[in-house]
Amino acid sequence: MLSAIVFLPAVAALALLTVPARAGRGAFVWPWIAVSAVDLALVVAAWVGYDPHDGFGWTENVPWIPNAGVGYHIGVDGLSLPLVGLTAGLFLAVAIYSLRETRRIKSYVCLFLFLQTVCLGLFVALDLILFFLFFDLSIVGMFFVIAGWGHGAAARAAATKFFLYTFVGSLALLLGFIGLYLAATPHTFDMVVLIRTNPLTGQGLYGGLVLLAVALGLAVKTPTVPFHTWLPPAHTDAPATGSAILAGVLLKMGTYGFVRIAMPMLPESWRRYALVFVVVGVVSVLYGALVALAQTNVKRMIAYTSVNHMGYILLAVGAAGILAGTDTQARSLAVTGAVTQMVSHGLLTGALFLLTGVLYDRGHTYDMAAYSGLAARTPMFAGLTALAAFGSLGLPGLSGFIAEFQIFTGSLPSATIATALAVLGILVTAALFLSALQRIFLGPLRLPDAPGTPGVFSDLKASEAASIGPLLALAVAIGVAPRFLLDVIEPAARTLTQLVAG
Amino acid sequence: MISTPWLAWLLLAVPLAGGAGLAVAGRWANRAAPVLGVAIAAVTVALAGAAAVVRPAASAPLFDGIPAGVRVDGLSAVMVLTVTAVSLAVLVFSVGEFDEQENRSRFFGLMLVFAGAMLVTVTATTLALVLMGWEVMGATSYALIGYWWREPHRVTAANTAFVTTRAADLGLYVAAGAAAAGGVGGLALADLPQAGSPWLTVITVGVVLAAFGKSAQLPFSFWLSRAMEGPSPVSALLHSATMVAAGAYLLLRTQPLLAASGWGEPTVAWMGAVTALVLGLVAVAQTDLKQLLAASTCAQIGYVVLAAGAGGLAGGVMQLVAHAAVKSLLFLAAGAWLTALGTKALPALRGAARQHPLVGVTFTVGAIALAGLPPASLWVTKDELLAAALHRSPALYAVGLAAAAVSAVYSAKAVWYVWRPLPGDATLGYDTERHGTRQLAPSMRPPLLVLSLLAATLGVLALPPVADPLRRALGATGEPSSSWWELTLSAALALAASGFTWWWGARPAPIPAPAVGWLTRWLDLERAAHLLLVRPTLTTARTLAAFDDRVLDRAVHGLAHGGVVVARVAAWADDRGVDQLVVGVAGGARRLGQLARRPQTGQLHTYYAQATVVFAVLALVFVFVR
Repeated sequence: MLSAIVFLPAVAALALLTVPARAGRGAFVWPWIAVSAVDLALVVAAWVGYDPHDGFGWTENVPWIPNAGVGYHIGVDGLSLPLVGLTAGLFLAVAIYSLRETRRIKSYVCLFLFLQTVCLGLFVALDLILFFLFFDLSIVGMFFVIAGWGHGAAARAAATKFFLYTFVGSLALLLGFIGLYLAATPHTFDMVVLIRTNPLTGQGLYGGLVLLAVALGLAVKTPTVPFHTWLPPAHTDAPATGSAILAGVLLKMGTYGFVRIAMPMLPESWRRYALVFVVVGVVSVLYGALVALAQTNVKRMIAYTSVNHMGYILLAVGAAGILAGTDTQARSLAVTGAVTQMVSHGLLTGALFLLTGVLYDRGHTYDMAAYSGLAARTPMFAGLTALAAFGSLGLPGLSGFIAEFQIFTGSLPSATIATALAVLGILVTAALFLSALQRIFLGPLRLPDAPGTPGVFSDLKASEAASIGPLLALAVAIGVAPRFLLDVIEPAARTLTQLVAG
Repeated sequence: MISTPWLAWLLLAVPLAGGAGLAVAGRWANRAAPVLGVAIAAVTVALAGAAAVVRPAASAPLFDGIPAGVRVDGLSAVMVLTVTAVSLAVLVFSVGEFDEQENRSRFFGLMLVFAGAMLVTVTATTLALVLMGWEVMGATSYALIGYWWREPHRVTAANTAFVTTRAADLGLYVAAGAAAAGGVGGLALADLPQAGSPWLTVITVGVVLAAFGKSAQLPFSFWLSRAMEGPSPVSALLHSATMVAAGAYLLLRTQPLLAASGWGEPTVAWMGAVTALVLGLVAVAQTDLKQLLAASTCAQIGYVVLAAGAGGLAGGVMQLVAHAAVKSLLFLAAGAWLTALGTKALPALRGAARQHPLVGVTFTVGAIALAGLPPASLWVTKDELLAAALHRSPALYAVGLAAAAVSAVYSAKAVWYVWRPLPGDATLGYDTERHGTRQLAPSMRPPLLVLSLLAATLGVLALPPVADPLRRALGATGEPSSSWWELTLSAALALAASGFTWWWGARPAPIPAPAVGWLTRWLDLERAAHLLLVRPTLTTARTLAAFDDRVLDRAVHGLAHGGVVVARVAAWADDRGVDQLVVGVAGGARRLGQLARRPQTGQLHTYYAQATVVFAVLALVFVFVR
């Protein structure tokens, strides 16, 4: 079942490669939409068929390179299933949005289908080498998306920067994985075995160094301050669809790595260095929010809010490693909030980046000063952007609040001062989103008049609305009735909390 | 007791879902929006009535161990009736406020969501759900204050309101975390006083901070002044039964928490009393009718805050209810003049009451109540809570009484202006804000009449036949009640103060001009917030952004550049070092080869001589080494 979900897009890509490029846009995009819809349906079926109290479900375990302890071991639990669902949903939204894409459509569709397999594969991987493989392939895929379909020459520079930076990070990750492999007897890369046997218990410095390597690799991908500087150019120069996948899915690979690998496999070191993660989290929250506040380019602004939002996740997972003065409920609440935040950020920021794509499509600039009063011309565009912005600033009724409330309430008992500081982040994001909405959409109407801009500034097209609307509808659903999601996450979060507590 | 969970959920769902649907429908529903909005509001009133009788309770799982509980108890019953009734009156009035050119469905929809969020806040039993209603209310207030979003200053005002109240809301986020830390895992409001130390203090600080922000108490008051940029019906609802009332409600609800904390009660009581007095003076200094009313809201809600701090739950509730009727009435009347005459400046409103007598009379009824003149409502309700204050501290009572005199001054001032004879050049002052219609829409009359009736008579809340069941329902039976001399004293004071104001008229105030200016500008609170908080934050943000680009990103580029430099050095070393070594080795081998070729002459005698030499050497070696 899971293998089908993971490899269906890749198989479809191979099949589409045989179709001649002159077959027209529809011959590629519509099959992509169909495949993504089927994939999403399969994920929903897997979700329905999964019992959250089972631990890992839908597992497949086949030896791959037995001599090196590498296996094709996949499966899902409450930490990964929501992200698998998010990935499938976001790729479908991007596929629908791409109905208006015109440039080199064949390679574009095949590349995204490849990327879809890679992303799904990473979240179901239960073997470190398999995880690493998908981790690196995602960098390769995104490199080509940014370089090939981004905005001009700057895009190629940004893509190179993105590739080199995150690739170096992944090497640190690999070093950590090898450290884990060598510590286990018999040597293995199998995550489930590593979690069970916990080979680095009682190996003070060794465990610390392995955690350092793993955390460095994940911190670059997440990204956290100070490893985030590849993110703004990558987002600014990427196409809207690439940004949506980059922010929505690729960033989650970093945060997911913390809850899937770093915490359960290195619980002792995690507890010892938990405060480091708390501090990095709070710094990311405040730094990301403040730098975002100073931006004039709307896409850069949203990119920096991602640093802010990922900071909350780090705060929560760090707080879950501080045992003093807390009970299991609070720590499990923090971890649940962290996973919810991954899903929520994927939906809301994915939607926001697609919406900035609409803005660029009409006005050919991301500079907020070039626009004013767009709400008069484009009420639906303005309305959906406002909804996504309020979701992103943590308004109840949308998914962001569900995530952040749990993170704050769960983290404050163990990391009181850090959480009290991090709360300020939601005030700064409120200020920056309100000011962005005011600059672009409210006030008297003014459109950019740069050469090459189309005369009419039209509202959302059907394909754009059909791609962005469902993402926000899901964010509202999670905000109003979060149980369907939390029921899946909570058991896994509790298990993880117990693992970390030792 | 019968528990009918569906009624509780329905009470919340009808305005929230109906309002959201209406707001989203946009111009499709524009024609039907007023009727639909009023109908939904009417249904909600009926549901609130039923809920006040049945007292339903419900609970649903929300987070791990933190349920979303709602319950209509005595306090909530009073609140839901007030909120829904005022909302209905305001919405009926609003039917005549907007023409079809405007997006009416957005207005009616948002107003319903606004009221619905308040209903969530006043019925929630857990901090998590309170916070949800609380924040949605703040966001809706933003959308309503900025309803005319084409005008930038209105949007800026909306931003100010949202950011200021949200800054205070952070207190509730921290309080929720502190409750979890203090052992109140379910975050139930009723369990908060049992939190362990030092968390109890943190919870109390958080709750008080959030309540002060929402209720526009000092030092947060300035956002309410800016909130006047919204349409008048928004002000009527925001100042009476929602938003500012929410903060006061929360303090009444968490009164046991204030009591348990030790310091909470006196602090809150004094802050409320000081706000009542100082913002009352701010109201006196205003020359704009809506600004005067806004400042008076801070002052009157300050009384409720004072009641919460002084343990006068019943008095606080009575004041909150009566003030809701009075203030919504006054804002609707001000709104009616604004619609008809296009101005809200007091000097321009001279004679407005004579032009529109119905508005004038109902406004006067409201102002009499606001002044605390007998027999109108606020006279008795205020004395009820001041009795509790006197019980705690005579000084607190004295400040409260001084604030009462001030309220008589500003009320009389407003009434004095609108009943002046109509000046000949009256129209010169009109249409400064918007284009006046010079007439009243029919739908504006009934709400004014009903609300003025309530404003006049809600004093009955303090009469024993009504007050006793109310106190029982609130669980506030042992609280002190006002005696005859207190009522007489406050009535005499109000009468004297308003009489003096009437006689004084429009002459300049007998205090230094800078002080008047300072009061007129709402104590310069907004400027202080800008100077101390907003500007430093923006500077920090810009500095950090520059740091990010110029230092952090440069450092990364520098590292990458360092890699290139190292590569160049390696390439140089490769060319000059390793490669030269290889070339050298090869050259050496070649030279050795040349040397080795030299003996190969092809002449036998040479080989023979060479062999002789080699053998001789070998023989010598053999001899010496052995």
